[in-house]
Amino acid sequence: MSEVIKVGMADWKICTGDDALTTLGLGSCVGVAIRDPQSGVGGLAHVMLPDSRETESNSNRPKFADTGITDMVAEMVKKGASMSKMVAKIAGGAQMFAFSSAKSDMVRVGERNVEACKKKLKELKIPLLASDTGENFGRTVVFYPATGNYTIKAVGKPEKTI
Amino acid sequence: MSELNMEQLTQQYFDVLKELGNIGAGNATTALAELINCKVDMMVPQVRLLEFNELGDMLGGEEQILVGIYLAVEGDVDGSMMFTLPQESGLHLVNKLMAGMMGIPEKNIEEMEFGEMEISAMKEVGNIITGAYLNALSSLTNLKIYPSPPQLAIDYAGALLSVPAAEFGIIGDKILLIQTKFSDDVELDGYFILIPDMASYERILSSLGLM
Repeated sequence: MSEVIKVGMADWKICTGDDALTTLGLGSCVGVAIRDPQSGVGGLAHVMLPDSRETESNSNRPKFADTGITDMVAEMVKKGASMSKMVAKIAGGAQMFAFSSAKSDMVRVGERNVEACKKKLKELKIPLLASDTGENFGRTVVFYPATGNYTIKAVGKPEKTI
Repeated sequence: MSELNMEQLTQQYFDVLKELGNIGAGNATTALAELINCKVDMMVPQVRLLEFNELGDMLGGEEQILVGIYLAVEGDVDGSMMFTLPQESGLHLVNKLMAGMMGIPEKNIEEMEFGEMEISAMKEVGNIITGAYLNALSSLTNLKIYPSPPQLAIDYAGALLSVPAAEFGIIGDKILLIQTKFSDDVELDGYFILIPDMASYERILSSLGLM
């Protein structure tokens, strides 16, 4: 029996075989889905903030794009994945509320999360195959590492797979 | 950089926020009752410090669709504030408001949806509620608080909450939330989330003689 494993805010999980990974209601956070098609090891990270070096309270590594993705990839390698074969898809990073005056970087946190995830993937030489990011709505995502399908659901919109 | 951190201040933060929550929400409830011209009861606010993971469950699951009203706060208190309520509660409020102020007959909630008119009315409700809340906070602390116009989104609870969570995420791994339940003839579950930055928090505490 395959199961769907839930990934909470500021966390990541990995799985193998026919199991799937899901995260519910991504807003400004980004869901980073990575898999190695050969070994069948996949992971999903729910990234909340772009950079662990921007704050002193950075002990919660899964919360940040830089440390979260690095740790998840390392754990995937431990489970038998090969870094050179990994591919990625990302979703999320919405701007939930539109403010006319860009009061601070916090307003753009979704956009900055997406940029930070892309940068980290590039650094790790993991190709980004597809993405569904930005705009102003939340997304619920399910990642199937066996096929690489990444389905995205949003309020009042048809489900799509990237 | 502030020397405060959230873990150390938990108890004080709780007490202060409970008191502020009580007064703020009391004011907001009165404003709401006047607006929809009916009796509104308020429960004693709960103040909770939650892990990010617990947030969604607390508001009925990450995928529950909520109305979220969010505004930035400037002045002596810098930060933001969010007010959320379930979609049905929002429609219920809008229905009462439109019936009361514009003489539009009340509709069946099940037949209603958030169109342009309803969203505009909901924003006004948000404006009045959050305004009353912040006014109370301002007179209590003698601090200047200037709210921005409210922004509204109707979306998954998890997606809406990611906004204040990311703001809290910069200073810690938990989120503080003041839960206030309103009720009239139909129950309305509203949550206020006030997010001052750490420097503003110090100013709030000292204005109340706590530091």
